[in-house]
Amino acid sequence: MDISTERVDEILQRHDFDESSLIAVLQEIQAEAGYLPMHALARLTERLEGVSPARVRALSTFYRSFSLVPTGRHRLAVCMGTACHIRGGRQVLEKLERELGIAAGGTTPDRSFSLETVRCLGCCSLAPVLRVGEQVHGRLDQQKAARVLRRYR
Amino acid sequence: MRATTGGGTTQGTLGRVRTVADLDTLKGQGLRSLHPPVPKISVGMATCGLATGSGDVFEGFRREVEARGLDVVVARTACIGFCQVEPVVAVELPGKGAVLLKDVKPLDVRDILEKIRGGDLPTDGALCTLDGCAPIEGVPSYPDVGFYGKQVKIALRNCGFIDPESLPEYVAAGGYYALQRTLTSLRPGDVISAVKRSGLRGRGGAGFPTGPKWEAAAAEAHEEKFVVCNADEGDPGAYMDRSILEGDPHAVLEGMMIGAYAVGANQGCIYVRDEYPEAIRRFERAVADALAAGLLGRDIFGSGFDFGIRLVRGGGAFVCGEETALIESVEGLPGEPRQRPPFPAQQGLWGRPTVINNVETWANIPQILEHGPDWFSQKGSATCKGTKVFSLVGKVANTGLIEVPMGLTLREIIFDIGGGVPRGKRFKAIQTGGPSGGCLPENLLDLRVDYDELTSAGTIMGSGGMIVMDEDTCMVDVARYFLEFLKEESCGKCTPCREGIGHMLAILNDICEGRGTELELHLLEQTAQAVKDFSLCGLGQTAPNPVLSTLRYFPEEYESHIRDRKCPAGVCKQLIGFGIDPSLCNGCGLCLKVCPAGAVAGELKKTHSIDEGKCIKCSACYEVCKPGAVRRA
Repeated sequence: MDISTERVDEILQRHDFDESSLIAVLQEIQAEAGYLPMHALARLTERLEGVSPARVRALSTFYRSFSLVPTGRHRLAVCMGTACHIRGGRQVLEKLERELGIAAGGTTPDRSFSLETVRCLGCCSLAPVLRVGEQVHGRLDQQKAARVLRRYR
Repeated sequence: MRATTGGGTTQGTLGRVRTVADLDTLKGQGLRSLHPPVPKISVGMATCGLATGSGDVFEGFRREVEARGLDVVVARTACIGFCQVEPVVAVELPGKGAVLLKDVKPLDVRDILEKIRGGDLPTDGALCTLDGCAPIEGVPSYPDVGFYGKQVKIALRNCGFIDPESLPEYVAAGGYYALQRTLTSLRPGDVISAVKRSGLRGRGGAGFPTGPKWEAAAAEAHEEKFVVCNADEGDPGAYMDRSILEGDPHAVLEGMMIGAYAVGANQGCIYVRDEYPEAIRRFERAVADALAAGLLGRDIFGSGFDFGIRLVRGGGAFVCGEETALIESVEGLPGEPRQRPPFPAQQGLWGRPTVINNVETWANIPQILEHGPDWFSQKGSATCKGTKVFSLVGKVANTGLIEVPMGLTLREIIFDIGGGVPRGKRFKAIQTGGPSGGCLPENLLDLRVDYDELTSAGTIMGSGGMIVMDEDTCMVDVARYFLEFLKEESCGKCTPCREGIGHMLAILNDICEGRGTELELHLLEQTAQAVKDFSLCGLGQTAPNPVLSTLRYFPEEYESHIRDRKCPAGVCKQLIGFGIDPSLCNGCGLCLKVCPAGAVAGELKKTHSIDEGKCIKCSACYEVCKPGAVRRA
C-alpha cells in the first residue's frame, strides 16, 4: 500500500492546510498507506508553510500510533495493559513471536502480519487481549492466541 | 415486521429543539423506543461486548426476527458493567418488565425467541430481573446481584440501558433538561456555585475540585475561552472513560456545554485516545445528532448561547493525559508538558483560559444540575463527594466496571462486588491509580476508598483502575512493569524523569534477573525520591509510586529476589524453574503436546517430566495443566 501525492494534497485540503491538524493529517495518511511513507512526509513540508521537516519527523516518531515502515496486511496488537500483564499477556506475545518468527515491532517477510504491542485497549475485563485489525479477541491464553492467529493465516 | 436497529433510526422527524415542549416531544419518541409496545431485545455492544461476540448475537436476533416475521424490536445498547458475563442481553416484554441474560451465544437466539413468542420472559441463563419486573423464582432482582448490590450509578446511569446512538432515548432518560434549565434560568455564577457546593472533584486522577477550577477560568477576562474533555484514558487497566463515551456520549456533551456556559466559553474540544475507535465513532454520532437538533451550534434553546465542538484523536502517547501535554497535542505538537503556572484555567489552549476535565467529571455535571448539589454531596465520604467509577479487573471473579459511593472499603469492592479471588488463590494486593499509583496489601483491605485515604496509604485514586493481584503475581515484577511502561512513555523533556526512570528500571531489571544487591536497593529508593521531587509534570512526580509502595508493603519479596535469588510468585524467568509434581500428574499429555521446546517427556497415563536444560520457561505447560501438576518455582 502507498499513497499518492494527490491524495496527500486532498487530505491537507480537507484540513484547510491547518498546521494544528498535522496529527490528524498524519493519521489519515497512515490509515490509507498503512504507514507514513517518506515522500508523503516530504509533501507535507512542501505544502505547509512554516512546518519544518524536523517537526513532521518529531510528530511521527513521538506518537506511538505512527509507523515509518510498512506494516503487514494483518496488524496484531497484543495488549500490555496491567490486567493483561498479570493474566499472561507477555506469554501471549511470546507465543505469537514464536509462531510468526518475528519479534514485537516486526513484520513477517511476506508482509502478511506485523506484530506490535499496545499500551491498553481498555478491554481489561477480558484480559489478556489481542487486537487484529479492528477486532478484539479476549480471554486468551497461549493456545487460544495461536488459534486466533490461524484464522487469519 | 418491526425489527429495527434501535431508537436512533426514528430521529430526524423533529426539527430544532428550542423549548421544553420540544424536549418533551423528543422524550416521548425516546420512551417509545426504550419501551415499545412489543417485545424488545437489547444487546450490549460496547467494545468489550463486541470482543466476546455480541455482534454475532445481535445479527442472530436480527436475522431470526426478520426471517420469522416476528413483531420484536432488536436494539443495541452499550455496556452494563458486568463484562465478566458478556455478551449481556436484556429482554423486555410489555407489561412484564425485563430480565438480563448473561453469556448469550448465537446458539441461544432461537430458544430465547421461542420463549418470548410464548409470552414469557426467558429465565435460562438469567443474570437478574430489572426494575418493574415481577419476581421470578430462581432469578435475583438487580440489586440482589452481588456485583450490583452496592453500586450507585450517576456517571454510568444510562450505560447499558439506552441506545447510545439515540438522542431521543437520552432525552427520555432525562437528558438535556439540565442544559435547558441552565441556559434559560441560571446565571453562570449560579452554575459554578452549584458545582462548588456539590463538592465534585476531578475524576481524572489528581482530584482537583471542579468548581474552583471553573471559577478560576470564569474570572479570566478574555473573549475566547475553551472547555476540553480529556478522554486520553491512558492508565493501563482502566476503561471507565471508554465505557461512558460508548454508552452515554450525550451526557458528556451536555456536561461540557453546561461547563462552557458557566465559564464563558463557546468552543470545546474532546481529545480521545486513538485506541478507542468505537468511542470516537459514537461521540461523533452524538455531535452530529445534537447539531441536527439544534442542541449544538448557535443560540441553543433560544438563550443566545453558542457552542461548537471539535474532536481530536490522540496519537498513542500516555503523557498526553497530562493536561498541558494534551494542549500541546491539540495544537499539533509533540505532547510535551508545559511548566505550570500559568495553569490552563489562565492560559491554556492557544493561550486562552481553558477548563480541562475528564470524561467522568463531565458526565456527572448534568446530574448535579438536575438533582441539585446537595443530592450529590450526600453521597460519598467526608472529603470526597459523590461516586467513582472503577474498572475492577485482574485476578478477581467478577471483572467489570463498577460505580460506588466514595468511602466504600476495598474489601467491599473486591469481595462483595468483585466476588473475591478466583480459583481458590490467595489475595495479595490491589493496584490503583495506574503507573502513578501503588499496590496495597491485604492488611489495608478495610481502607475506605477516596482520594485522601488512598494518598495517605501511598497510592492514588487515579482515574479508577483497580487491578486485583493474587499469590501468582510478583510485586517486584509489577514495579518493573510500570517503570518499563513509564520509561517508554516519558516524553524526555525534563532530566529527572527521563534519566531517573531509566536508572530505576535498570536496578529493577537487575533484581528480577537475579543480579540485585542490597546497595542497589538503597540507590533505588534515593533515585525514586529525586524523580518524585524534581520532575516537571505529574508523570515523573508520581512515577516512583509503584516502586515505593511495593518496597513499603512487600519488602520480603524484594529480599527473596536479592538474597535468595528466588521469585516466590514464580514470575521472574531467570529465577524460576519448571517441574512436574508426580503426585498430581495424571499423564494426560497436554503439556507434552503444547511444549514448543520439546522439553517435556512422558507416556500417556504416566507421570511426565520436564528437562530443565531444554525448557524455555514459556509457561505453556503451566497454562494447560488441569490438575495443576506443573510447578513454577
